[in-house]
Amino acid sequence: MKVKVLSRNPDDYVRETKLDIQRVPRNYDPTLHPFEMNREYTRALNATKLERVFAKPFVASLDGHRDGVNCMAKHTKSLSTLLSGSCDGEVKMWDLSRRECVRSLQAHEGFVRGIVVRFCGTSFFTAGDDKTIKQWKMEPPGYGEEEEPLNTILGKTVFTGLDHHQKDAVFATCGQQVDIWDEQRSTPIRSFTWGVDSFSAIRFNPVETELLASCASDRSIVLYDMRESAPLKKVIMTMRSNTVCWNPMEAYYFTSSNEDYNLYTYDMRYLERPVTVHMDHVSAVLDVDYSPTGKEFVSASFDKTIRIFPHDGGRSREVYHTKRMQHVICVKWSADSKYILSGSDEMNIRLWKANASEKLGVLTPRERASINYNQKLKEKFQHHPQIRRIAHHRHVPKNIYHQTKELRVMKEARRRKEKNVRKHSKPGAVPVVPEKEKHVVAVVK
Amino acid sequence: MAPPVGTAVRRSHVGKKKKPSARYWQESQEQQPGEKEENKSEKDGEQNKESQQEKRRRPKKRKVEEVETHKKKFVSGKSDPFPGPVIVPEERLKKFRRAEKSKKPPSGQYKLKRLMAHSEVTTEMAEKQAARFDLLLPEEAGFLEADEGEDTCTISQEDIAEAVDITSGAKYFSLKLSQFGPYRLDYGRTGRHLLLGGRRGHVACVDWQTKKLMCEMNVMESVNDVKWLHCEDMYAVAQKKWLYIYDSKGIELHCIRQFNDVLRMQFLPYHFLLATASATGFLQYLDVSVGKEVAAICTKTGRLDVMCQNPRNAIVHLGHPNGTVSLWSPNQKEALVKMLCHQGGVRSVAVDKTGTYMVTSGMDKKLKVYDVRAYKPLQSYFLPAGASCLSLSQRGLLAAATGDVVQVYRDVWTTAVTKPYVAHRLRGTVWGLQFCPFEDVLGVGHGEGFTSMLVPGAGEPNFDGLDANPYGNKKQKQEWEVKALLEKIQPELIGLNPGELGKVDHASFQRRHQDRVEALGYDPLAKEKFVPRYKKKGRSSTGRIEKRKKQVAHEDQREVIKQTVEDRMKVEKERLEKEKKEASLSSNTSALDRFRK
Repeated sequence: MKVKVLSRNPDDYVRETKLDIQRVPRNYDPTLHPFEMNREYTRALNATKLERVFAKPFVASLDGHRDGVNCMAKHTKSLSTLLSGSCDGEVKMWDLSRRECVRSLQAHEGFVRGIVVRFCGTSFFTAGDDKTIKQWKMEPPGYGEEEEPLNTILGKTVFTGLDHHQKDAVFATCGQQVDIWDEQRSTPIRSFTWGVDSFSAIRFNPVETELLASCASDRSIVLYDMRESAPLKKVIMTMRSNTVCWNPMEAYYFTSSNEDYNLYTYDMRYLERPVTVHMDHVSAVLDVDYSPTGKEFVSASFDKTIRIFPHDGGRSREVYHTKRMQHVICVKWSADSKYILSGSDEMNIRLWKANASEKLGVLTPRERASINYNQKLKEKFQHHPQIRRIAHHRHVPKNIYHQTKELRVMKEARRRKEKNVRKHSKPGAVPVVPEKEKHVVAVVK
Repeated sequence: MAPPVGTAVRRSHVGKKKKPSARYWQESQEQQPGEKEENKSEKDGEQNKESQQEKRRRPKKRKVEEVETHKKKFVSGKSDPFPGPVIVPEERLKKFRRAEKSKKPPSGQYKLKRLMAHSEVTTEMAEKQAARFDLLLPEEAGFLEADEGEDTCTISQEDIAEAVDITSGAKYFSLKLSQFGPYRLDYGRTGRHLLLGGRRGHVACVDWQTKKLMCEMNVMESVNDVKWLHCEDMYAVAQKKWLYIYDSKGIELHCIRQFNDVLRMQFLPYHFLLATASATGFLQYLDVSVGKEVAAICTKTGRLDVMCQNPRNAIVHLGHPNGTVSLWSPNQKEALVKMLCHQGGVRSVAVDKTGTYMVTSGMDKKLKVYDVRAYKPLQSYFLPAGASCLSLSQRGLLAAATGDVVQVYRDVWTTAVTKPYVAHRLRGTVWGLQFCPFEDVLGVGHGEGFTSMLVPGAGEPNFDGLDANPYGNKKQKQEWEVKALLEKIQPELIGLNPGELGKVDHASFQRRHQDRVEALGYDPLAKEKFVPRYKKKGRSSTGRIEKRKKQVAHEDQREVIKQTVEDRMKVEKERLEKEKKEASLSSNTSALDRFRK
């Protein structure tokens, strides 16, 4: 007779001393783990609920400006430095880690229209309503010294926007026309006009560094090549765009914030129709900025909210608002991709987390693992109705809620009417126009 | 200062072949005056050697790289006899395979395609890793092999106990409790704790491996059934009238009067549900985490004293005196399935761990094995005395009690078994029977007390420490309890197929529409009834109104007809094209086709 009976030596299963970690033998046999799917679902549900519980995106408010914040600029070399210009011509430099103003200077008379940090991070440029462009040193002046710009350029007309080249000592302004300036000269090296008298924003392409995009008041977005004498092409839309921002990772895409409550992502090569129409705002969109990963962007709107959109999604994944935040004029995504900064009408700059429920600070490896696991679970079960309901629910102010509803009704009515018209007209006389093509009037080359 | 012994030894030993990479703490030693020169010369010599070796190697290396294309070779010239990663046997991979590969999405859905491809890769990798991990499992299952010309069933328990080691031999024991018998029993989830309930009121819980008595009492009432709850701190006792919950010290925690005349109980560990079957024909579910009754189902089938659960999907199986076995979930007032299993009444039911097989025994003295997924009979055995109690072990052994004899069978569903694997005669009639999880032990409660039998090969050898850990300490148990409560599965998710949640819900249009109508309170797709406008100048006479109505109706009808005609044309066109294609393909096949008419 041969016999063997299970007999375990407890020493193999219990830790030897208190200083050891616990022994946890594992067996991944699926029959020992029944209800796999149901348990995972429950975990996903819990994770989703916890995410909503911990969603506290607001980090800090930086106050100190004496008028609305009109423009902001990220420091190119330092994560914790932010520059902001207000409507009374004051420029403030902020230390974000200490959440305080470290320097303020009266840069212009009237609005500060544009502010940009030079790529080396040693100086910055400001453009104002007083028709001047000023270059300032990044370091504050020494004791007893006066705050004076390094360089001042007197322009002929008002400047409305400003951006600096990625690598060269060249910057661009817009106003009545788009000007390219050499830092050493007091006259523009190149000027572009295309039958319009006013531009509102200008941005250099971060990868193809000689390319520029600007928004004009004739409802167009114009593309330029700095090396050529004439603009490249423009797309005319049904309403005016306020700002543009290039996708930093796929730099042939740019997103424009439009007056018609939408944002449009275009492929630079095919301007005939936008790649994506991003809808959710209920008022004009004033500013847009991409995350450094290029996967998401943030938009600021006149409806007193900021929203975060995926770069390829039509609907926002997040909406931020507070009771006191008024019309948001400018917004920036921090260079470490973790924070969002918004400057608004009521003189405050607000610091938000880009991921509302993210835990700040150092994570232990176990925490990190559990966060990753939960993230995967949420992803896996995201389409289940109950989980989706919880994950997508956002509380928004009453007026925005009602306005959203109203817009939906209006849209539905328009759609219905169009359908009826189509039904009662000759087949083919009223073609179906997809949403993407509705907003483009023409492309001019 | 002399250098540390360890480093000196290492230098002399390794220095001939290869110098260890420089460390910052060695630098200070090398600069010591005595050793400086020696080191230098050694170093130089090494460098020379190395450079020479490299020179010699280089051409070789190139050759190796050339050869590498068809066979991998080491520098020494030997080839790897087992190239590539170790191949995992298909059989073992199959064990960890969760689902079939999904179909490819239609063309154009790039995002979805990419996602699916990625998930497939990761799934495969996870499967492989899990299958590889199987090698590392520390324990192997027990077995019992007889000598030639001997049957395993003739080997007595005493012989087995003598043959095995002392600790295992001590697991064969009997408790002589003739006063309050017969006994029902229940082992805890980890298999460490045993709960005994005597018919005449004796309740005891024991840490049976150390033989430590945790508590013992007499409830002064008849006891129908006993059951551990999720951990070894609480247990439920079905007494004469009501259901009671005690803690491990024997303190009465709850008396639940909603649950009366309970005869049998089952605990669903992942749902924290205690399912009870009563003499009045009620099947009730108690959520033990919040203390709420989840469902009370009137089965309308009389006294319910045969009950078991399917561990795979938490469905409760009830046996009835008319020979049927019915399957129940708390979400439905009627039985999910009713199976006619026996000619007479059903005496006992058991379902195996994987939820594939169900074993029943009936008054017709038969023992039948069913496939519960297809509801098909697999085997039927005739037992002269008929089995009163059944129990299935983790590794698929079946224990059947006939009178005072306990027989254990092996492989009852695959082959027609003639002889038992192990048999044992007890002193009283068997009343309760259960295999101990993760041990080769069968507990038998009978009229004269309790007997713990050794059944080699019954228990799962390797437990999962995060699921049920027999060796867990207090802290681990606490942690497990919190985790388990957090992922308590809601009773609404109990259904015949537990994997249903992971599948795509192809809700029919009809059902979705119905849901929509319910949510909105009206039917959005309902056609508005045409109400003709009132027109003046005598144009709204009854006849004219009727005519206009008819016109509209015709218009609608015409649209429908147009649509159907278009559809039909489309289908016809497709068919023609297909035929054409086929014809053109078939025409290529033979040169003699031109003679065909």
